Amino acid sequence: MAGFDKVVASYEEAMVGLEDDMTVLAGGFGLCGIPENLIAEIKRKGTKGLTIVSNNCGVDGFGLGILLEDKQVRKMVSSYVGENALFEKQLLDGELEVELTPQGTLAEKMRAGGAGIPAFYTATGVGTPVAEGKETKEFNGREYLLEEAIVGDFAIVKGWKADRYGNVVYRHTAQNFNPLAATAGKITVVEVEEIVEIGELDPAHIHTPGIYVDRVVLGTFEKRIEKRTVKTAE
Amino acid sequence: MSLTREQMAQRVAQELQDGFYVNLGIGIPTLVANYVPKNMDVMLQSENGLLGMGEFPTEETIDADMINAGKQTVTTVKGASIFSSAESFAMIRGGHVDLTVLGAFEVDVNGNIASWMIPNKLIKGMGGAMDLVAGAENIIVTMTHASKNGESKLLTACSLPLTGKGCIKKVLTDLAWLEIEDGAFVLKERAPGVSVEEIIEKTQGKLIVPDHVPEMVFA
Repeated sequence: MAGFDKVVASYEEAMVGLEDDMTVLAGGFGLCGIPENLIAEIKRKGTKGLTIVSNNCGVDGFGLGILLEDKQVRKMVSSYVGENALFEKQLLDGELEVELTPQGTLAEKMRAGGAGIPAFYTATGVGTPVAEGKETKEFNGREYLLEEAIVGDFAIVKGWKADRYGNVVYRHTAQNFNPLAATAGKITVVEVEEIVEIGELDPAHIHTPGIYVDRVVLGTFEKRIEKRTVKTAE
Repeated sequence: MSLTREQMAQRVAQELQDGFYVNLGIGIPTLVANYVPKNMDVMLQSENGLLGMGEFPTEETIDADMINAGKQTVTTVKGASIFSSAESFAMIRGGHVDLTVLGAFEVDVNGNIASWMIPNKLIKGMGGAMDLVAGAENIIVTMTHASKNGESKLLTACSLPLTGKGCIKKVLTDLAWLEIEDGAFVLKERAPGVSVEEIIEKTQGKLIVPDHVPEMVFA
C-alpha cells in the first residue's frame, strides 16, 4: 500500500526537484487559500527565473510577494496584481514580466491543462488587448478567442484535509484555484492543515482525488486576512 | 439633482426579480445588496467561487477562509454553495447568471465597455470583468454620466482599451437610465429634477430622446 502514500516529512522534501526557470502554478485568491509555507520554502531554496501562474501575487511581505524580495520571479501570469509596492517597482524597472489573463480564462487554462485539452475557445477578451495575436473563430454567429492551456512543472496547493493517498478537501472559499492547479502540475504538492486516515474522508466529498497529487505535507498556517470586514452593530 | 450612490443602487435593485442569481461588482454595484426588496429571494454570486454570499461576519465569526471576490470577509446564506474558480466561471461563461452589475470608465453606442485599463497608468489587471461581460446576457453598467471635468462617459466609441465588445445594453448613470439599441443610447428615465437638456449636453454618443422621459420613482 506504500505505493499510494503521498505524505512527505518536510517542506524541503515537498519541493525537491524544483529548479531555476521552471513554471509553478499556485492556488489561492488574494491571500485566501494560498500555499503559504510552500511559497516560503521556494524563497528558502532561492530558486530563480520562475514563471508563476496564480490569480494574484500576494502582498508585500506575505504570500507570493516574498518571492519578489530576492527577484526569484521572472514572469507572473495573473488576472489581478499590484497589491504590493515591490511588484509595481520591479514591473516598472523591467525586472518582472506580467501576462494579464482574465480570471475565468486563467481558471479554464489550468483546468484544460490538467484535463489534456491543449486549447479552448472563449468569448472572453474578444475585441480587447487580450485578443492581440490570438486566433479567432466564429461559432453560431459569435466570435471566440483561442486560448491555450497551461501546465506547470510544479503545482503548489493549499488544502484543508488530506488522507495519505492524497485525496484532498478544501475549506470554504479557500478552494478557489487550488483544485485546478492541483490537476495541472507535473509534480503536484499539497500542504494541508490535517492529515487523516484512509477512509475518513467521504469518497463522494473529495474535491481533488489523489491521482492528481504527488506529495502531501502537513503544515501550520497564519491565514492572513487581506480585507477584514465585519458587520457594524445595528 | 443627480442620484447619490445609494439611489443608484436603489434604482438597480428595481431590476431584480425573485429567484435571480446576481453578480455584483465592486463599488456602487455592491450596494445593490442593501436594497433587495423584502419578499424577494436573490442569490449573490461571487466569482472566486461562492453562490449565496451573505453579510459581513461578526468579530466572533470572522474566517480567513471565507471571502468574496473583493477579498472581503463574508458569510454564506442558507442554501449557499462553494466551488472552484473554474466552476464559478463556467456559471458565468455559460450564461447561468441572471444579472450582472458592474462599473465602467466608458460605454459606447455599440455596447462596448472600457473598465479596466488606463494606458500609461499602473495597470492592475482585469480580474473577472472580461469574463463577466462576455458571459452575461443581462448586464447593467453603473457609472457617473460624465467625469469630474465634465467629459461624457457615454461615447460614440470608447477611447480606452475595451473590457468587452458589443455586450452592454443597459446603463444607469447618476443622471439617467439608458438602453443601447441599434447604435444609439435611448433615454428611458431621468433622475428626479434632472432635465433632458442636461442629459443631452453630457452625452457625447448618439442619443435618442423619446417625447416623454419619465422621472425615476423611488419607494
